[in-house]
Amino acid sequence: MTVVLEAVSMALVGVFAAGVVLTRDPLRQVIAMGPFALALIVLFTVLQAPDVVLSAIVVGVFAYPMMVLLTVAKIRHRERKV
Amino acid sequence: MNPRVRVTLFLVAAVGITAIFVWGFTGLPSFGHYPGPYGDEVVRRTIADRHATNTVTAVVMDIRAVDTAGEELILFAAAVGVIMLLRKQRGERLVAPPTFAEGRHPIPPSTPVRVVSAALIAPAAVLGLYLVAHGGLTPGGGFQGGVVLAVPSVLCFLAARIRSFERLHDPAVWEVARAIAIGAFLGIGFAGLIASTGFLANMLPLGTTGTVYSAGTIPVLNLIAGPAVATAIVLIVVELLEQVTEVRAK
Amino acid sequence: MIRGLMPYVLALWLFLIGLYGMVTSRNLVHIVMCLAIVQSSTYVLLLEVGYRAGATAPIFKDITSGRSVVDPVVQALVLTDIVIGVTVAALLLALAVQVHKETHSLDPEDLRPMTG
Repeated sequence: MTVVLEAVSMALVGVFAAGVVLTRDPLRQVIAMGPFALALIVLFTVLQAPDVVLSAIVVGVFAYPMMVLLTVAKIRHRERKV
Repeated sequence: MNPRVRVTLFLVAAVGITAIFVWGFTGLPSFGHYPGPYGDEVVRRTIADRHATNTVTAVVMDIRAVDTAGEELILFAAAVGVIMLLRKQRGERLVAPPTFAEGRHPIPPSTPVRVVSAALIAPAAVLGLYLVAHGGLTPGGGFQGGVVLAVPSVLCFLAARIRSFERLHDPAVWEVARAIAIGAFLGIGFAGLIASTGFLANMLPLGTTGTVYSAGTIPVLNLIAGPAVATAIVLIVVELLEQVTEVRAK
Repeated sequence: MIRGLMPYVLALWLFLIGLYGMVTSRNLVHIVMCLAIVQSSTYVLLLEVGYRAGATAPIFKDITSGRSVVDPVVQALVLTDIVIGVTVAALLLALAVQVHKETHSLDPEDLRPMTG
């Protein structure tokens, strides 16, 4: 049972990572990062690391998307003006 | 450089990397059979010598606290770097708050988002403080709780309370708070050097295992590292938000 | 041996695909997120090295000491690294914003070496 859990979570991380990399537009990439962060969190939980999971949750859900969205907003605004 | 040439170079490098990785992997213990003596020794020591139940936080804040001090400094340098990079340039001006929407296509803030954001500010702050304070006992600690402590600031902005956000997030104040937090962390380190065996040594009285105050300097360092991380992230957010809302090219 | 080493292949895969994304990218913000993928390969590798099958998390608040646990040292390394990684990514994004201000483009191909 644990073997299935480990194998599935690892496979999901690999697949979603490919999804993030192959999405070229930054705004869409933020959305693609969601499943990747979730799969990574599940993998960290299966590997018995609750402290790491806390860090990963708050960073993958809050910090990364927020910073990238602010950057994209700034750049889009400039492009619209120019 | 031609994209095709670049991809070919990358493939050559990828083959080399794979070869070295596989050679390294064969020397690793088989997955699931961690043999290492260091981890078991740490676990043995944490409860007996330090009266802490969260061994990971004990490693971060006590046994390998020197590494954490270095990482706090990286955090500090990154925050300073962002502030310096996003400072007002010569060809820019700041617009006053009523003209935030100038030149933008404003989407009116949706009421559910505003209500939920405003309602979650206090719970997020309490959760962050809980994670920081109980770092030595249950999963948590300065770094995890610190990032959660940065959430109320962003929620304040999401709740469209721009006036409160502006008043509460003057970068100068947060920069001073950041500097104080880093200084306090290093100060405890030097106090350990003077009063006890070495830099960042655990020198305060160890309480009873399982209570909030236990394990000497671990909860103190947690309480310092939490705001240190939170202030760094809030500073970065404030700088980026200022760029988006206020800075315009002349 | 294969079953014992397959999980480490995930770290290699993450590293290579993140690197591929950085090499073939046409957008500076896309590069920063591919860097996040490369960093996560190190986290996965570290946590996998410290994993012990059938063991539990190294928190002793509610279990008796003496229970077999996974390695806490690698978890300590990874958890601080995740937070540091995000602040360094913020620095890179600030750089991207400034580059866009100067050259009005986020394409790494349009960046020229500094002259004078």
